[in-house]
Amino acid sequence: MIAVVIPIALTLFAAAALLNLYRLAIGPDIVDRILALDTLMINGIALIVLSDIWMGLGVLFELALLIALMGFVGTVAMSKYLLRGDVIE
Amino acid sequence: MTSIDMPWFMQLVVAGFLLFGAIVALIGSWGLAKLPDFYMRLHGPTKASTLGVGCTLIGSLLFFSHQQEGVSVQEALVTIFLFATAPVSAHMMAKAALRRRLKGVPRTRNMPER
Amino acid sequence: MSPLLRSRQFWLPHPLFSLFLALLWLLMVNRFNVSHILLGLALGVAIPFVTHDFWPERAKVKHPLPLLRYAGVLLVDILRSNLVVALRILRPARHLQPGFFVYPVELDDDFAITILASTISLTPGTVSIHYDAKANTLLVHALHLEDEADAIAGIKQRYEQPLREIFR
Repeated sequence: MIAVVIPIALTLFAAAALLNLYRLAIGPDIVDRILALDTLMINGIALIVLSDIWMGLGVLFELALLIALMGFVGTVAMSKYLLRGDVIE
Repeated sequence: MTSIDMPWFMQLVVAGFLLFGAIVALIGSWGLAKLPDFYMRLHGPTKASTLGVGCTLIGSLLFFSHQQEGVSVQEALVTIFLFATAPVSAHMMAKAALRRRLKGVPRTRNMPER
Repeated sequence: MSPLLRSRQFWLPHPLFSLFLALLWLLMVNRFNVSHILLGLALGVAIPFVTHDFWPERAKVKHPLPLLRYAGVLLVDILRSNLVVALRILRPARHLQPGFFVYPVELDDDFAITILASTISLTPGTVSIHYDAKANTLLVHALHLEDEADAIAGIKQRYEQPLREIFR
């Protein structure tokens, strides 16, 4: 049953990533693009975890954690830059 | 795909988590793509996508706890991290949007004017 | 030995945080043997000791039991709120009535206010946007705002009241 569900879930997440790319391309303002990138990171984590189960590896967890960390830090740094014109006050 | 030897009940639970997570995350991204202004778009990813990915991670946690001996709790770490950081990044992005004086849709109530 | 060097305040400024770091380390390496528990505890002591100059004054968790109940309420509300937001996204956007409102905060502890703002962001249809430290208010955006006073009273009664009990 899991073998059937995983491709479906992968497709759904890929569709979600495409929607994020659409917002990234048209987003009227730069803040919309930051939001789209942030969501893309979150969906990327899910894609990695799903392919981890699909291939039965159980080792891609560190990758997911790293992307979560990088996504958060990147989002905050870009927002901070827009707020102050400078990353470090 | 490696062969899966799990009781059907366990398979049902894991598959349910994975599918539910994927659908909820898709709805979140759909909200990001279709809602009319930035402040409304902020709601989709901060809530729906976080829950969707959280469900996927819990499904993965259950799966690997069953496949390998012992408990695999590492996915719980990513889930907790996502739930702790989603409000913070939403707050920062919204502050940046306010600072850039982004307009909401005209019917927005009490739009702060600064 | 000077009294400073003997005080727990100097060597172990945040005992709960130390425990949390040790637990986090165990979760991360995903192995539960003695050497990793010792290493985790060592990290839990070392990291707060090195970084505690950067910390604001520590939050005083007076009553840990309401904290657990609060976490439980929060977990249920996150699930509920996600479903509510998902349904609202699926409906046509013209039925939504977005709006901002100013939420007067009664807490005075920085950590408690952070938790309140995060809670508002994770629960039904609201995202906290700006904290005004002078007026002690939070600017909140709601995806579907029907009654302002209602929304404020809801947050006050459901989330701020328990937080005030915890951090009194």
